[in-house]
Amino acid sequence: MAVTVITFPGSNCDRDCVAGVESAGGLARRVFHKEHELPTDTDAVILPGGFSFGDYLRCGAMAARSHIMPAVRRFADAGGPVLGICNGFQIMCEAQMLPGALLRNAEGRFVCEEVELDIVGDSPLLVGYQPGDGMVVPVAHGEGNYTADDETLAMLERERRVAFRYRDLDTFGNATVNGARRGIAGIIGGPKRNILGMMPHPERRASTMLGGDDGLPLLLALVGAASSLTPSSKRSA
Amino acid sequence: MSGSKHALVARLNDGDATNLDHGLSLGLSADEFERACGLIGGRVPTKVELGCISAMWSEHCSYKSSRVHLGRFPTKGPRVLVGPGENAGVVDVEPDVADGWAVAFKVESHNHPSYIEPYQGAATGVGGILRDVFTMGARPIAAMNLLRFGSPEHPKTPGLVDGVVRGIGGYGNCFGVPTVWSQAEFDPAYDKNILVNAFALGVVRKDRIWKGNASGVGNPVMYVGAKTGRDGIHGATMASDSFSDSKETARPTVQVGDPFKEKLLLEACLELFERGAELLVGIQDMGAAGLTSSAFEMASRAGSGVSLDLDQVPARETAMTAYEIMLSESQERMLLVARAGKEGEVRAIFEKWDLDCTTIGVVTDDGFVRLRKDGIEVCCLPAEPLADEAPRYKRPLTAPVPVPLPPGALKALTAKPADAIRNVLLSPSMAPKSWIYRQYDREVGAGTIFDGTFAAAALVRLPQTKRGIAMALVCDSRQCFLDPKEGAKRAVVEGVARVSAVGALPVGVTDCLNYGSPLIPEQMAQLSLGVDGISEACTALDVPVVSGNVSLYNQTDAHAVLPTPTIGVVGVVDDLDKVAPAMALKPGDVLVRLGAPPTTLEGSLACWQAARGQGILRPLDLEAAGALCTLTRELRVGGHVLDAWPVTAGGLAQTLFSVALGNELPVRSTLPDGEDFLVSYLGEDRLCFVVAVDNQGVPAVQARAARAGIEAVVLGAVGVTPQFSLHDHLGDRSFSADFATLVAEAEGVVGAIVHSGSRPKA
Repeated sequence: MAVTVITFPGSNCDRDCVAGVESAGGLARRVFHKEHELPTDTDAVILPGGFSFGDYLRCGAMAARSHIMPAVRRFADAGGPVLGICNGFQIMCEAQMLPGALLRNAEGRFVCEEVELDIVGDSPLLVGYQPGDGMVVPVAHGEGNYTADDETLAMLERERRVAFRYRDLDTFGNATVNGARRGIAGIIGGPKRNILGMMPHPERRASTMLGGDDGLPLLLALVGAASSLTPSSKRSA
Repeated sequence: MSGSKHALVARLNDGDATNLDHGLSLGLSADEFERACGLIGGRVPTKVELGCISAMWSEHCSYKSSRVHLGRFPTKGPRVLVGPGENAGVVDVEPDVADGWAVAFKVESHNHPSYIEPYQGAATGVGGILRDVFTMGARPIAAMNLLRFGSPEHPKTPGLVDGVVRGIGGYGNCFGVPTVWSQAEFDPAYDKNILVNAFALGVVRKDRIWKGNASGVGNPVMYVGAKTGRDGIHGATMASDSFSDSKETARPTVQVGDPFKEKLLLEACLELFERGAELLVGIQDMGAAGLTSSAFEMASRAGSGVSLDLDQVPARETAMTAYEIMLSESQERMLLVARAGKEGEVRAIFEKWDLDCTTIGVVTDDGFVRLRKDGIEVCCLPAEPLADEAPRYKRPLTAPVPVPLPPGALKALTAKPADAIRNVLLSPSMAPKSWIYRQYDREVGAGTIFDGTFAAAALVRLPQTKRGIAMALVCDSRQCFLDPKEGAKRAVVEGVARVSAVGALPVGVTDCLNYGSPLIPEQMAQLSLGVDGISEACTALDVPVVSGNVSLYNQTDAHAVLPTPTIGVVGVVDDLDKVAPAMALKPGDVLVRLGAPPTTLEGSLACWQAARGQGILRPLDLEAAGALCTLTRELRVGGHVLDAWPVTAGGLAQTLFSVALGNELPVRSTLPDGEDFLVSYLGEDRLCFVVAVDNQGVPAVQARAARAGIEAVVLGAVGVTPQFSLHDHLGDRSFSADFATLVAEAEGVVGAIVHSGSRPKA
């Protein structure tokens, strides 16, 4: 069981993700964006947080077009578990692995604070949480204001592809922390609900010493999901 | 025209006299010009050489006014691996592990640029200090900052606060270092000279520390990182001069930062360091005075010379002159000396990270820095005299005379004690800085145990260990104004007290001495006295100064900032499991005051509010302060207390409010019999601590304190009433406010300052 964490230039949570997976008992290693293939023993992929390519264009736009991404997409299309955190979520949207986009925070400022989330989606990556569970995890982003057209939002709700919702909502039902529509903090995609993109950082809540372990069930599921979600291409190999 | 200039001009021909004028326009004195001529056999320096000399001998690079004082710092200790003089100080934090971790840290100012262009000035201040740390081979794991702004009502203040905070966040967040501490205060003395002091700390294996040496004749000198542009030319000279109102147009000399490039540079450099001495000889960042200071300093340290071909320097703009290339302060650049024959392997590492890496010269043995441009030698200067034999001045000193408090000055305070408390708690300097902290990524790196929003100090984990590194960056500038020596001494005590409160043993100090003009004897004396105060406290508390920086000319016309010797203290917690989490109190937990109560309001923030700049600061007993820090540390690591905080600016009232804010629980406190309400809640003349104790644990804490001969009185508890309330013994005098309302008011103070100004451009 090995988790591949992609290092883009400007990724700054890649090492944290490796440490998080290790806290969950998994093996992880970093793979540079200039590679064209994932290591053959890859059982799950993380696109980590950071400022890939400086995010000087739209955040995630350059990374979505880097050498490694076609391989990540093939892995995801085959049902392999892929978790995108923060900049990783932005990259997933830019790569059209997930619908919608992440705009600048409504307040116009970078925000780093703990947020409370409701876990509402249906995905093998969320099996560690019980229905009605919440989690307290930090966000740290300048562009976490999730948006999509009404039709997409309705589809996400209907198909239970909204993974997490911020608990603090304004009078329009948008997240107070960043303005995200319908309070959406993370969404699910992929043929086996195997793609999860989220703005909050579960890897920063993988140990009680470091402020809490609410993120650990997600990382455990990622490590464990390998068995149930191994890409079909690989299983037949 | 000065007499020495007259004499000099008489001896020079016309062309040389032009160069003299050029040198003087760059900030050299006539004496310094003559000294420079003497170093090169009596010849008059070329314009390029004058640029190099004026930069190397600027106050910023040479410390020419402060160096005679800095020698008084205690800098030695069993844990000190690298002391002052290198890019950063390095301290052993795992003396019991042979190949264990050391930490490299330093604080530096970026005051002048941040006033001119707040976003880029602050951002590149962070970038510069991060490079200083990773140049030593250390991966940065924490950043802190200390900020001083002018009066909230000053029209420039809102834009400066907004720009500086965005700049610090913009750089640190992208680079990926957690910014875990920010200490921001406001005073009209900073209206035209703000202070932006940035601190960074990195971890390095103690057998893998790198230094800036250009040794080994024939080894290639390589340039890595961003290309050189025309930005920041004369930055070091600008920071060595005072502002006048006409200088606010100095914008082109402010550098522009690219944190993404710096992140790539960090990763590439760390990969290079991994390969060790097989590839690398020495490395230094190009900070103030750019390629000039890195070339001269690296050659000087090694006793060698370097010969550089400036046509090989990667340039961002066309037709750059030798002068511009040497004095550019473009960011995110490093100069390194590789092993001969290994250039290809070095280049491959930087190319992986899409960074320029070019051989621009070679190490020589003649002791000179030689520069060629278009095939012509444009500079030939001896390295060591320029780097190490800059002029040193013993500037005249006139100790400032303290102004005693006039009789009746505190009448207004004592007449309305509740208002006095309120005015402290809601003052911009004391109000919580959550608005600032929220814009910093405080957790990237997944090692932050707690940040300094409300805790006594920040605490981060030493990677892959059970150890923690505690840190705080402090200075009570008001007290330093009342008494420059006593105030500086107290800044060290505060830093030591803060790391002790989170259970850490203090192991090293870094300082950033922000003062006015060295040419004004009263302001120069403030620096000298500040050095005395720091030295006395560091000696008494047994913590060495390992790195630092001096920033002078923080004045506009004759108005100087409050003397601000910023002190960073770093401490080590050996076993994090033994330290209870910060800010985790539950209702009913008891608050105990350790140490004797204050005896006067003089020297306090409340007193400053009533009688600005007046009052005598009582001398602090360093032995008692040290014993109190030791007791608190032992209580914390022994698990006898849940949390602890030293009482600092704003007095006990402010400390109790911080406890309440951090734990989201109101405090109710009652003084013991015989104590004066205002003196005990707002006085700051003696060190004491507040510790939080489980209800059953109080007798044990009191017994331990008694054994140490230290007073320990129960003040009250958290979360037992809906009010935040402070009382004297009989309840005659009190301050009481609905907690939720008070919190909302306090949390709104800093943001309101920024939003009162016009909205700046994004």
